[in-house]
Amino acid sequence: MTTHIVSAFDEDLAKLRNLIAQMGGLAEDQFGKSIDALSTSDRVKAEHIIAADDKIDTLEKEVEENAIKLIAMRQPMAEDLRSIMVAIRISSDLERIGDLAKNIAKRTLAVNEPLPRSVNAGLNRMAELAMEQLADVLDAYASLDTQKANDVWHNDSRIDTLYNSVFRELLTYMMEDARTIGMCTHLLFGAKNIERIGDHTTNIAENIHYLVTGETLDAPRPKEDSTSLTPIEARAEK
Amino acid sequence: MDAAVMDTDKHHEAIMTPAEPLIMKQGTPKIVTKDVTVHYGEKQAIFPLDISIPDRAVSSFIGPSGCGKSTFLRCINRMNDTIPICRVGGKITIDGSDIYDPDLDVVQLRARVGMVFQKPNPFPKSIMENVAYGPRIHGMAQSKTDIEEIVVNSLKRAGLFEEVKDRLDAPGTGLSGGQQQRLCIARAIAVNPDVILMDEPCSALDPIATARIEELIDELRENYCIVIVTHSMQQAARVSQLTAFFHLGTLVEVGDTEAIFTNPQERRTQDYIMGRFG
Repeated sequence: MTTHIVSAFDEDLAKLRNLIAQMGGLAEDQFGKSIDALSTSDRVKAEHIIAADDKIDTLEKEVEENAIKLIAMRQPMAEDLRSIMVAIRISSDLERIGDLAKNIAKRTLAVNEPLPRSVNAGLNRMAELAMEQLADVLDAYASLDTQKANDVWHNDSRIDTLYNSVFRELLTYMMEDARTIGMCTHLLFGAKNIERIGDHTTNIAENIHYLVTGETLDAPRPKEDSTSLTPIEARAEK
Repeated sequence: MDAAVMDTDKHHEAIMTPAEPLIMKQGTPKIVTKDVTVHYGEKQAIFPLDISIPDRAVSSFIGPSGCGKSTFLRCINRMNDTIPICRVGGKITIDGSDIYDPDLDVVQLRARVGMVFQKPNPFPKSIMENVAYGPRIHGMAQSKTDIEEIVVNSLKRAGLFEEVKDRLDAPGTGLSGGQQQRLCIARAIAVNPDVILMDEPCSALDPIATARIEELIDELRENYCIVIVTHSMQQAARVSQLTAFFHLGTLVEVGDTEAIFTNPQERRTQDYIMGRFG
């Protein structure tokens, strides 16, 4: 990309990109830690995560203020304009990812017993995949790599598939032993949070595509999450 | 990204008119040009240029100084005829008829194709006389009341009447810059043109006067084909439906204004509207 005749414009845009990069780094960090906290029942770590969410919120406000200022002062056009709109949208997705990580940390505080091993493994696999996707999408943003962004977009269905299996597994636990309902409900929300993080990551990928090409990705999203269509039947008492 | 860059580079030298602009689908174009060239002596100012300009819409020509946009605009009412060393080639039609037809009366043509310039240039006469002059020399009105009616209507359509109705006999040059420009627009529309050409009509005006002219342009487009040359891209974005980008005497890209300012297809257009080094 060529540089602006008014070089301060380039500096303003670079600042916006830096803020997004910082937010992305924080969101990744918070998300990774929240999964650690949940799977090791580390309450102290969870408290830290909850307290640290403010930083992401502050950065989001900073992105917004800078974006508004840029639009007012520089009257951006074409790709410049798109990059500013996209920065606003991506920052809001990252802020939501931060919130979801915080929510996972809160679940850690609510679950007072060790997680069943297979559920823990399932959640970790989901989280790993979601972490990978988030890292890739942030890379794609930094390098304006649409191919990478499109790959992220396509891969979201893998998280959904894992979510379906965690969902079914937790259902089975709850049906077998009503005493696990409390814990399993929290874990179900935890899994849902990871799945939502995947969705926000997909949003970011769509925005990168729009930023670079000027066109929206209008194909239907590859969705595999079928849990909202899964009937839950009570088992007959024996 | 790489693929997109390569694609733009490939078309870099070609005149590119990708999909037909949506605004052109609303009816037959008012002005059509084919292979138009302009030479000033030995120097070629416009290279073969094809464009279709819609009726009842505002089309803007943008581009850096010296790109040929004003020269091209001046071909549309044969203003370039007044420059002895200037030669115009190719074909320009308005409503299908060739405006460079040797049998055509240029005075009549200029009544059909009005023009508003960068600097307001009212005659050193009264407000009334400024507007009455055109209709009178074109024999559009016989009686004094006819003329007055045309003057009042034109001033009303130019959004100036309320401000000057008590002093129609005052000199036109005594008005403010913005009012003078609206007086010039009133003068242009008094002879009932089809097309109004505007060559940077707001560049000598303050932002408030500019906004009033832009509002006026927006109203006038219901009845006229308006072509505006502007250095302000924001102005092109605000007032026009079709935007054409000129560079070094060629038409680089033409399209719906919305598309040009949000997602131009040509690298040179992109660099220009984003204020980048090309």
